[in-house]
Amino acid sequence: MTDAATHSYYEDSARERLLGLLDPGSFREILPPSERVVSPHLRRLDTPAAFDDGVVVGKATLGGRPVLVAAQEGGFMGGAVGEVHGAKLTGLLERALDERPAGVLLLVESGGVRLHEANAGLIAVSEVMRAVLAVRAAGIPVIVLDGGQFGCFGGMGIVSRLCDAVVMSEEGRLGLSGPEVIETTMGVEEFDSRDRALVWRTVGGKHRYLLGEAAVLVEDDIAAFRAAALALLDHAPDLSLAALEAEHAALGGRLERFGDCRDALDIWARLGIAEPERLPILDTPTFLATVTDKRA
Amino acid sequence: MESLSFEYRGGRPLPSAPPVTLVGVVGSGNLEVMVEPADLGGVCRIEVLTAAVGFGPIWQAVMDDVFARHPVADVRISINDVGATPAVVSLRLDQALDAFTGGQP
Repeated sequence: MTDAATHSYYEDSARERLLGLLDPGSFREILPPSERVVSPHLRRLDTPAAFDDGVVVGKATLGGRPVLVAAQEGGFMGGAVGEVHGAKLTGLLERALDERPAGVLLLVESGGVRLHEANAGLIAVSEVMRAVLAVRAAGIPVIVLDGGQFGCFGGMGIVSRLCDAVVMSEEGRLGLSGPEVIETTMGVEEFDSRDRALVWRTVGGKHRYLLGEAAVLVEDDIAAFRAAALALLDHAPDLSLAALEAEHAALGGRLERFGDCRDALDIWARLGIAEPERLPILDTPTFLATVTDKRA
Repeated sequence: MESLSFEYRGGRPLPSAPPVTLVGVVGSGNLEVMVEPADLGGVCRIEVLTAAVGFGPIWQAVMDDVFARHPVADVRISINDVGATPAVVSLRLDQALDAFTGGQP
């Protein structure tokens, strides 16, 4: 829901999001489209390639602080990660180890591995994962923004959860297997990917926030995403063994607590939220006020 | 997939070379258009890679109209198309060339 005072993140393209998010005039693209570093695989499959392979990477400032940033374009092959696309993400993350920016921002929008590129895409995603962990280990925050039209699934869903924090809007979606994949493999009785209410209450931003997978839930407003990203630059997570073991224990406890639930509504009820069926229709501020102290 | 190429002469050079412009997305029914300054001896060159085969004459007609509206010289236009309709192609090129020339005729 947007009005004249807000600018929708959901509706924007990857390039428009960067313009709205970063300090004006600060973005310098690395491997811009004019370099024509395109997928070597798609042409052989007789498929048009994009000049930027569906991801924009570069350096910029956010609130005057240096950041490295990547934005995936869901409109090109669902933001899927091919060999070049993945190499651009990995290269950007490895650059962070040299430049030590205040943070790395990943504006994710991806169905996961680009299946056209098979093993090259799978390897590319695994390289991105390893690079994310290296950057985090160096004490540089890696922050995910997820509020695009195509959501974030598959390999990029895993990448997102490897990062320090995920910022989502209600419109954002985050998961491993996407709704269509679940329906195709398990049947429509298991998951109806056309049931939008079901899809959003299962993988949407509100549910991810309630489960604690999204650190911050913002309105679909690019200024809100910017403010959340800025605040997270100063967020230094505890990466000690004790903290990681505590997190694993908490995840195990969560599975025990909710493992028999058949629907997100069951989880919300068990969280102690009165009238859980009304959560999807609440606007973001009302939702946040309603679920205070109720998150898993 | 089909490759098409068009060249136009008689356009006006821009007073200064603008930065590269990219608009649109390579998605179904859509296209991306990249406009770059290029030393082409006064020519405007348009290179198209399209998923839809056999529409050369329609591309020619649309490009003729675009050049009539935007008679630019020393410009390279590169298009990746996934079956956009002629109207969408025409609008995208207007968007790209308006952004590129920044309102200069």
